[in-house]
Amino acid sequence: MQIIKHDINIDFVGKRKLALILSGVLILIGMASLIVNGGPKYGIDFVGGTLVQVKFTESTDPAKIKDSLASLDLGSVVVQSFGDDPKEFLIRVQVTDKDKNLSGKISGNLNMVYGEGSVDIRRMEMVGPQVGKDLRQKGILSIVYAMIGILIYISWRFELRFAIGAILALVHDMLITLGAFSITGREIDLPIIAAFLAIIGYSLNDTIIVYDRIRENYGKHKKKGFATVVNRSINETLSRTILTSGTTLLVVLALFIFGGGVIHNFAFAMLVGILIGTYSSIFVASPVLILWDDYRASKKKKVAAEGSS
Amino acid sequence: MSNSLKIRTGLVLCCIVLALVSLGPTFFGSNLPDWWRKAFDPIHLGLDLQGGMHLVLGVEVDKAVESRLDTIVDQTEVLLREKDVIFKRVDRSPGERIVVTVYDEDAARQVDAMMAEEFPSLESMTLTSEGGYIQKNYRLSDNEIEAVREYAVRQALETLRNRVDQFGVSEPTLQRQANNRILIQLPGVKDPQRAIALLGKTARLEFKMVMEDANPQDAVAGNLPPGGQLLYERNVDPRTGAVTEIPLVVEDKTSLTGDLLSDAQVRIGNRFNDAYVSIEFNAVGAKRFDQITAANVGTRMAIVLDDTVYSAPVIRERISGGSAQISGSFTEQEATDLAIILRAGSLPAPVEILENRTVGPSLGQDSINQGIFSVLIGGLLVIVAMFIYYKVSGLVADFVLVLNLVFIMAILSIFGATLTLPGIAGIVLTVGMAVDANVLIFERIREEVRLGRTARAALEAGFEKAKLTIIDANVTTLIAALVLFQFGSGPVKGFAVTLSVGIVCSLFTAVIVSRLIFDLYLSRGKVDRLSI
Repeated sequence: MQIIKHDINIDFVGKRKLALILSGVLILIGMASLIVNGGPKYGIDFVGGTLVQVKFTESTDPAKIKDSLASLDLGSVVVQSFGDDPKEFLIRVQVTDKDKNLSGKISGNLNMVYGEGSVDIRRMEMVGPQVGKDLRQKGILSIVYAMIGILIYISWRFELRFAIGAILALVHDMLITLGAFSITGREIDLPIIAAFLAIIGYSLNDTIIVYDRIRENYGKHKKKGFATVVNRSINETLSRTILTSGTTLLVVLALFIFGGGVIHNFAFAMLVGILIGTYSSIFVASPVLILWDDYRASKKKKVAAEGSS
Repeated sequence: MSNSLKIRTGLVLCCIVLALVSLGPTFFGSNLPDWWRKAFDPIHLGLDLQGGMHLVLGVEVDKAVESRLDTIVDQTEVLLREKDVIFKRVDRSPGERIVVTVYDEDAARQVDAMMAEEFPSLESMTLTSEGGYIQKNYRLSDNEIEAVREYAVRQALETLRNRVDQFGVSEPTLQRQANNRILIQLPGVKDPQRAIALLGKTARLEFKMVMEDANPQDAVAGNLPPGGQLLYERNVDPRTGAVTEIPLVVEDKTSLTGDLLSDAQVRIGNRFNDAYVSIEFNAVGAKRFDQITAANVGTRMAIVLDDTVYSAPVIRERISGGSAQISGSFTEQEATDLAIILRAGSLPAPVEILENRTVGPSLGQDSINQGIFSVLIGGLLVIVAMFIYYKVSGLVADFVLVLNLVFIMAILSIFGATLTLPGIAGIVLTVGMAVDANVLIFERIREEVRLGRTARAALEAGFEKAKLTIIDANVTTLIAALVLFQFGSGPVKGFAVTLSVGIVCSLFTAVIVSRLIFDLYLSRGKVDRLSI
């Protein structure tokens, strides 16, 4: 079976202006949302705080839970339902567990209001502000390190301009995924950093396969011009791109739907990242090479023109 | 069959057999013979999957330095009195300093000489005089401060390890981390609040004499007699559970500390059936206890744990056997825990809980089920898609995909790596990406076939041309995955582990195993067309 005919020749390169506008709009929407919301919404991993996941034997609502915790004087309390289960909730408080028994107090109050044994503390996470700061720093650094490592590897295996194109595509993917998180009001916590690095890995994987073909075709068809070579390479690898993205999307979708609430945001990040990563290796990473080539050519021409006059 | 083919077949079969054998204990557990279970551990599940507690404690090392200085202050006072040096007072002051205030130059010289001899770790600082007094300043040397801090963390780790051992958790992890932090992981812990109470307590046990002539109510109002300290005795009514706190004025000076204990056990009193802790002093402690009780018959002695008075019994007679009991209003559980921490020793400095992640067993089980279900559904969809797209060759890809999963699990088990929920996500992701290598190869083969190559030539060229691409593409993903290892422990590392292992395995299965399957197929005779 074939989805893509082998002699297909879509003019991807010709649509690069359109792609540029689309990418720009997506990034701008994301940035606008980030500005409106005052930056990314960090989870307790990065700002510190306490999170308690509770499951009741009967369904209830966040307001009632909040009321039953009022006597504890916890400051700002946020109660959200967890997944689709009307009996399961996340309780977030800004305080960290200084007195060492916050979850005990919360379960005590809930047991009092809802009746003994009707609530199960499923998970409790407390991160102190200092640890949160450390983790945030580590998270950012890890993304920077990954980019540097990749830049070095690609410059060594290909050329610097390929590395620049790949990194630009990565930044593009990160920004859009970050924007998607902001628009959907999702929190960024430690596993999301892992997801971001996985997106980096995936998006790059895709980009390199196109680059590899460009390098191979450039040797064979130098005379046809760089833009043509790039376009041809994208078309030749299109079938693979679609199949691999398809299978990866299938599994991530399975994770998104069936993986449970704890991993939901992670799967969401992957879902967005893979879609954008696939798009960017065709419409961002490759056109950057052409831009670079055009720029160099025009510079050469200018020098030549100046020389002849 | 050519020699190279035979070697490759043997190698791959060996890997498969080893992988399957190593996974035995994970899937069949106790049904296997002993030698098998001893040779390979089942896959370790992370705390997020099996439930348990992940704690990061910060040792407040500055408090350890302060208490070291306090000890020096006490010792200095004693020494100065012994040598008949007249002094006004000895204080600890900010900046790790000790200030000795004396009245004249002569005394100052004597203090200097004595301090230099007794406390070489102190550096003499400038001399300040103030209103007719002379103040001698001494500062703890930087080396000494560093040594005290270092010792505090090491000692805390040791004490916590003792406590955890007595708490009875299977396979706990205790690790020292940077910045005076200690990581503790307690898998499957049933009562997280009890664990925190046990681990977080400093457990500084002190015996202090009650100042009977001081009025506690005055002290509460802020009128503390010199040399006195206001503490509260905590009483719990066993029937109502109500807590009452009674103020008590005790001597600031500690008569005896818990460092001199040799044992602590829970006992049940035969009169009221209430639990108490019986303690035994070591030789030095017994002697000191004997002296104190002899000198203070008729007065009350407060038994103080972390600045809370547990009980303050009257000393009726001299106690020379070296044993005593701590009674108070506690439940049997509390008494047991108190005995545990007394046996394990006190922490050299208080600890602060910096991070606490506790997952209950029910959530862990749900996560395992949902994780496995996602892997199965995702895997099944991929398998079907590959078969539809590449027919028989797709089945080869499917086979190596399953093999890939087996290898990932086997490597996790052989290297004792931990499987976490993000780790399962990493496996899911690998399932999606593992077929990529095969897709690349198959697409190449199709191209070669279209160019009119024979089946064998197309295969050869397809594998050769795709190989470099596959390696380049995977190395970059590997770079991203390796960076995640800097997170040390916890869920993110689990993702990094399975992703890296998955990438390496998929390289092996796609480039070597699937090539082998095609070669074996071709070696059977003349093949005109590939089902691809």
